[in-house]
Amino acid sequence: MDSIMKDLNSPHSMGTTIIGVTYDGGVILGADSRTSTGLYVANRASDKITQLTDNVYLCRSGSAADSQLVSDYVRHFLHQHTIQLGQPATVKVAANLIRLLSYNNKNMLQAGLIVGGWDKYEGGKIYGVPLGGTIVEQPFAIGGSGSTYLYGFFDQEWKDGMTKDEAEKLVVKAVSLAIARDGASGGVVRTVIINSEGVTRNFYPGDKLPLWHEELPPQNSLLDILSSSSSPEPMVS
Amino acid sequence: MVSSQSESGLLSSEGDSQRTQYPYVTGTSVIGIKYKDGILMAADMGGSYGSTIRYKSVERLKQVGKHSLLGASGEISDFQEILRYLDELILHDNMWDDGNSLGPKEVHNYLTRIMYNRRNKFDPLWNSLVLGGVKNGQKYLGSVSMIGVHFEDSHVATGFGNHLARPILREEWREDLSFEEGVKLLEKCMRNLLYRDRSAVNKLQIAKITEDGLTISQPYSLKTFWNFGAFQNPTVGAEGSW
Repeated sequence: MDSIMKDLNSPHSMGTTIIGVTYDGGVILGADSRTSTGLYVANRASDKITQLTDNVYLCRSGSAADSQLVSDYVRHFLHQHTIQLGQPATVKVAANLIRLLSYNNKNMLQAGLIVGGWDKYEGGKIYGVPLGGTIVEQPFAIGGSGSTYLYGFFDQEWKDGMTKDEAEKLVVKAVSLAIARDGASGGVVRTVIINSEGVTRNFYPGDKLPLWHEELPPQNSLLDILSSSSSPEPMVS
Repeated sequence: MVSSQSESGLLSSEGDSQRTQYPYVTGTSVIGIKYKDGILMAADMGGSYGSTIRYKSVERLKQVGKHSLLGASGEISDFQEILRYLDELILHDNMWDDGNSLGPKEVHNYLTRIMYNRRNKFDPLWNSLVLGGVKNGQKYLGSVSMIGVHFEDSHVATGFGNHLARPILREEWREDLSFEEGVKLLEKCMRNLLYRDRSAVNKLQIAKITEDGLTISQPYSLKTFWNFGAFQNPTVGAEGSW
């Protein structure tokens, strides 16, 4: 009972896997969908890729509350900025607003963020804003607890100048690999593709993801296996 | 205990009392030496996140105005903030339009004041800085720590560099080093750091500043040497040891 109460009162955190990748023409943002309170999965289908403007999106990790608030404030500031500017905000401006809030409140916030988008001046850009409020422009960025399992993967698989399909496949594969090993990541894989033509959202449910080591193809029931089995040993005593 | 936050602006937190923080993304050693024509500085391009080497292309050597070069170790976000302060300082200096420009000694003093005053508020900028430059033929090389300790010397280093690089420099540094000799000396120090500093990364930049101007090299990597006989079979005759 005590551990359940502890769970109910634990801060909502997004043990997460988030990824942002540039490709030849734009960016792909990807994330898992698990939000946990302690050991309980509070939301198994959350959307961690949040819109800041028509052309800039944000991947959120860390404290769910902190990252939501930061994104809300920045969305508000960017909206005003767009009105004053008379044209869409650039990815760099959005990333720097995120940085300002993260840096100036570094003692109180726990949010690891990836900003990605497309603007007409610089094309597709990805900016990482980790804990502390450092801003780092990168060809690709990974974050969240699941990202620890992906450093080696990306070191090997990342290539410059990928096509949109290659890049999206890479992102989905990566999030799926992280989900396989990180208890704090799970659910579905969501991707957002941003380029000069606009924004596309994709959804890859858990049962459609590839299987990795020691994972088995999902079945409806043991009974199906028994009835369809031609092998003599479906039940071993 | 709840802290009442009186936020006067949404983009800054002035009302609440902050205290010494923890660094998150950190850079390791910076080394600086005076040589015949000016100053040489070296730093690797690593940004560590605890024990993970998270970023491998962080530029930790930056130009400041016409005459100075700043290298930083420690929290990268605080370094980025210091660069913004310096940007403003140089901008205002240029706006005077009086033909004068801030030299390395002045910039070093400005940085010292910033670091020391933040330390007094128990809210330090978590960096160790190396500031070098040449103005009117005078070479200047100084360092400032996160608590405001500052000094000027012919060779300085931050972090691990203090323990691993400066002994080498004490033996081998001379007043009249040529550019080639200076670079070789820095590379010897950086290679040593690569062997012995866990947060070092094999991708570095070397910067040179002289009366004529400043250049920061392209990132490059150093060869390392592992072919010692003693490394081949270290436990022969003492199985189980290392």
